[in-house]
Amino acid sequence: MKEIFAKHPLGAAIALLPVWIFLYLILQHIADGLVALSGLMQGERFTEALRFFIFEVPKVLLLLTLIVFIVGIIRSYFSPERTRKMLGGKKLFAGNVLASLLGVVTPFCSCSAIPLFLGFVESGIPLGVTFSFLIAAPMINEVALVLLFGLFGWQTALLYMSTGLIIAMVSGYIIGILKLEKHVEPWVYEVKAGHLEMGEDKIQFAQRISAGVDAVREIVSKVWIYIVIGIAVGAGIHGYVPENFMAGIMGKGAWWSVPVAVLIGVPMYSNAAGIIPVVQALLEKGASLGTVLAFMMSVIGLSLPETIILRKVLKLRLIFIFVGIVATGIIIVGYIFNAVY
Amino acid sequence: MQIKVLGSGCANCKTLERRTLEAVQELNIQASVEKVEDYQKIASYGIMRTPGLVIDEKVAISGVVPTVEKIKELLLSHQSA
Repeated sequence: MKEIFAKHPLGAAIALLPVWIFLYLILQHIADGLVALSGLMQGERFTEALRFFIFEVPKVLLLLTLIVFIVGIIRSYFSPERTRKMLGGKKLFAGNVLASLLGVVTPFCSCSAIPLFLGFVESGIPLGVTFSFLIAAPMINEVALVLLFGLFGWQTALLYMSTGLIIAMVSGYIIGILKLEKHVEPWVYEVKAGHLEMGEDKIQFAQRISAGVDAVREIVSKVWIYIVIGIAVGAGIHGYVPENFMAGIMGKGAWWSVPVAVLIGVPMYSNAAGIIPVVQALLEKGASLGTVLAFMMSVIGLSLPETIILRKVLKLRLIFIFVGIVATGIIIVGYIFNAVY
Repeated sequence: MQIKVLGSGCANCKTLERRTLEAVQELNIQASVEKVEDYQKIASYGIMRTPGLVIDEKVAISGVVPTVEKIKELLLSHQSA
């Protein structure tokens, strides 16, 4: 398989697509068939939990493989270097909008947050624009979107993406007009960053396909276990927790549920793969969409490890302002969705 | 040959360091491998994605962890250049 992809990446990708579609279409039948074969009583709690598990795990993994592959190809067209060039000279707001959008497609890992921050600031990109990028990049990632799409449907995935983008744009804009440059550690401004010219335009399409394959190998091998565990917990809730159990705690009626969800979510660090299946099951048991959305955003978008990393370049006060603004944005989104749905 | 692995100690950076050492050993070439963790120094190479691999002060890779084979290729092509 590896060799075929190395030699004929495009051919291999095209050949695998029908296989993917076929597998995806027959999954429900396989799951039902397996459940029937097991001889368990239909409609029993354990049976339903099992059915949920053996249908959802392969479905999400299939979706993940396809989307990570496509995103891997898209990302090969973007690099932080190119993003920086595109953001250069952009004014506030237009810059915030562009930075948030680029945050979604530019390859990013929170361990690279510092070099990226230094590279942006050094080339004169405004602080607020840099923050828009740093908020959007982790919050809106392909793993979260795949899981939302797979378990909640495309509407929720779209909703998450668009509200996430708005939070990144507005929070960055506010940080920009607050003029907080003095709360960046002074050494940041003394950095003389070298400028790297890498021939990235010469990449052929076959190499981009390989980039997609690499992305699949890297990401799927890292997150599959969280997906399996997350869906197993979700299946347990699905089968055993009574209907409306969550309504009192995470339902619309409980006004305090949104801020509490965010307060719990911010210090929690889980990747999207583990948290979304659990949250989906909670939604089914009466939690409201706004509360659930707010919880997910705060877990995925604001993480303790990332803020600790950022402390190297930002003074404590700016960290608090940053977390405060983003958390407020998430809470507002939560309330809006609880009010609308 | 002077090789530097740029990165602040995340998992990817450690993997790159390990694979680089492996590649050097397998090729049996004369090379020093140094880990650079200081952000100012990392930024001075102009990379915005860690980990980075620098061979004789030239950035060879940034933001990805290549296989041992790929690192060997890079080292060999650098040696012959």
